[in-house]
Amino acid sequence: MSIFSKIAELFKRSETVTRAKDTKAYEKQYAMGKLGARDRIQALLDPDSFQEYDLFVEHRCKDFDMGKKQLPGDGVVTGTGTIEGHPVAIFAQDFTVAGGSLGLMHARKITKIMDHAIKLGIPLIGINDSGGARIQEGVDSLAGYGEIFYRNTRASGVIPQISVILGPCAGGAVYSPALTDFVFVVDKISKMFITGPEVIKTVLGEEISMEDLGGARVHTETSGNAHFFAASEIECFAQIKKLTTFIPWNNRKKADSYPAVPPKPGHRIDRVIPEQPTKPYDIRDVIAALCDDSDFLEVHQGWAANIVVGFARLEGETVGIVGNQPAVLAGVLDVDSSDKAARFVRFCDSFNIPLITLVDLPGYLPGVDQEHAGVIRHGAKLLYAYSEATVPKLTVILRKAYGGGYIAMCSRHLGADFVFAWPTAEIAVMGPEGAANIIFKSEIAASPDPNETRKQKVREYTEKFANPYVAAAAGHIDAVINPEETRGSLIHALRISAAKQDVGPVRKHGIPPF
Amino acid sequence: MSETTDPRVLPTLEIDDTVFETHHTRKFAKRTRYAPRDPRKILCFIPGIIRKIHVAPGRKIKRGDHLLILEAMKMQNDISSPEEGTVKRVHVAVGQMVTKGQLLIEFE
Repeated sequence: MSIFSKIAELFKRSETVTRAKDTKAYEKQYAMGKLGARDRIQALLDPDSFQEYDLFVEHRCKDFDMGKKQLPGDGVVTGTGTIEGHPVAIFAQDFTVAGGSLGLMHARKITKIMDHAIKLGIPLIGINDSGGARIQEGVDSLAGYGEIFYRNTRASGVIPQISVILGPCAGGAVYSPALTDFVFVVDKISKMFITGPEVIKTVLGEEISMEDLGGARVHTETSGNAHFFAASEIECFAQIKKLTTFIPWNNRKKADSYPAVPPKPGHRIDRVIPEQPTKPYDIRDVIAALCDDSDFLEVHQGWAANIVVGFARLEGETVGIVGNQPAVLAGVLDVDSSDKAARFVRFCDSFNIPLITLVDLPGYLPGVDQEHAGVIRHGAKLLYAYSEATVPKLTVILRKAYGGGYIAMCSRHLGADFVFAWPTAEIAVMGPEGAANIIFKSEIAASPDPNETRKQKVREYTEKFANPYVAAAAGHIDAVINPEETRGSLIHALRISAAKQDVGPVRKHGIPPF
Repeated sequence: MSETTDPRVLPTLEIDDTVFETHHTRKFAKRTRYAPRDPRKILCFIPGIIRKIHVAPGRKIKRGDHLLILEAMKMQNDISSPEEGTVKRVHVAVGQMVTKGQLLIEFE
């Protein structure tokens, strides 16, 4: 055989796999607003940057007449490429091939690319679109899932892992995304659940649609399983591209630096906070006035909106921002917001991203449902995450910092490197009303005009304690700053702490209150 | 805590005697208020099917007496009485599918 005919044979063989399109399956895929596996990879990666692996892999199942069945690529496309110049490893399940079902070789292709990503120190992106286990392959299919979960866990905190749910992802399969750092979902396309509507109906008699059970909105707003919501696949890919610019390749590197850009004009940091401490404002207006180009990539936007977390840059360097949101539930900490912030803090700590914490909260959310839902255990996650974090930790107290909430929001006592406070800060054991009602209880009760006495005592307490100077006098904060100086002070603090190294005691790992 | 339908008036949240003006999350607005357990009512704790009923109205019950068998998650769960009392009414029948929180048996 001449060399030309050998090359021709390669083309022929490649085309048999890549062109072996089941037209009907593709029509269905497109009708749902979904792209094919290869289209998705092309849309996400830089042009011509994709190197496919394992194109000719075939399944080995002989049972149930599977020996006669050809499954191109065994239902998954894997490889490496770049996004905005950053190297990534990627796999995309192909729903048009046996419903993207996961058999042993399908899983082996995925675990191979995962091993590559860990060894090479590059982020892993997994596009999930699969009906689940390939039943014909039996326990081999389960083995495949287990091997993926194991690697997701081994890779956690070593390389960033991104899951994109672009179709069904049900049963055991959803545990791979759950073990990764960021989950992206698309409206009407993504479906995630452990047990589907059919099972729930037959076993429990409860009727629910797939969308209401595990659609994109449910997971971005109610369960918190997904971090980013998009209206279309193309919008979703744009979000992923943006995220990759903020995060490093692996835990031994820093995120790329970009040219420093000032915040967009029109964001007046001194105009955001209302005079009355009981009035709300949007913390994102403060963030926009602080960060480069006023560009903030919010994570978990739809869930636990009483805390805001996300990535931004200060003088071109990536920072992770955590801020209480007074516009929602007065910015309280509760089960979900503690959980959300703790997870974000741990991501930033793992990947060398300095943390900026913006504090304005009245405390923890009171309620039977909160206590019974384990606010003690979940709230402790945030204390744990902040205390454990060794990246530079910068804290700005904008307004209220009361009680346990003050401690939890990266106070000096949990190892903050810099704590700034605005003149509007109120750092106290609790709000003036509550404190006066307790401290002066008997005086108020004994007064001929209890209401007037209470008001007077609240005023006294406010004047004496509702300010940053009591904490400043004790050295719990480092500086009281003019709000307009905040960006400058944070940039200074970042530069000063750039060489920070903090090695804790030797241990296998801590035991966070998961 | 107040919830309003007027978009110009913000809902409020009270913490440590201070009333804050702030939006509520949907989860917070939809939360079920805590109600103490009524010792005269036996509620279903897991969805399933009633397989057997051991008691009838008028029957005196001691703590720990078997009340019924509830099949759930492929298990035959023996439901016994947490309290003493007299059965007032049995609200379910054998073969009936029941959901979590459904009233099964009422005491007098």
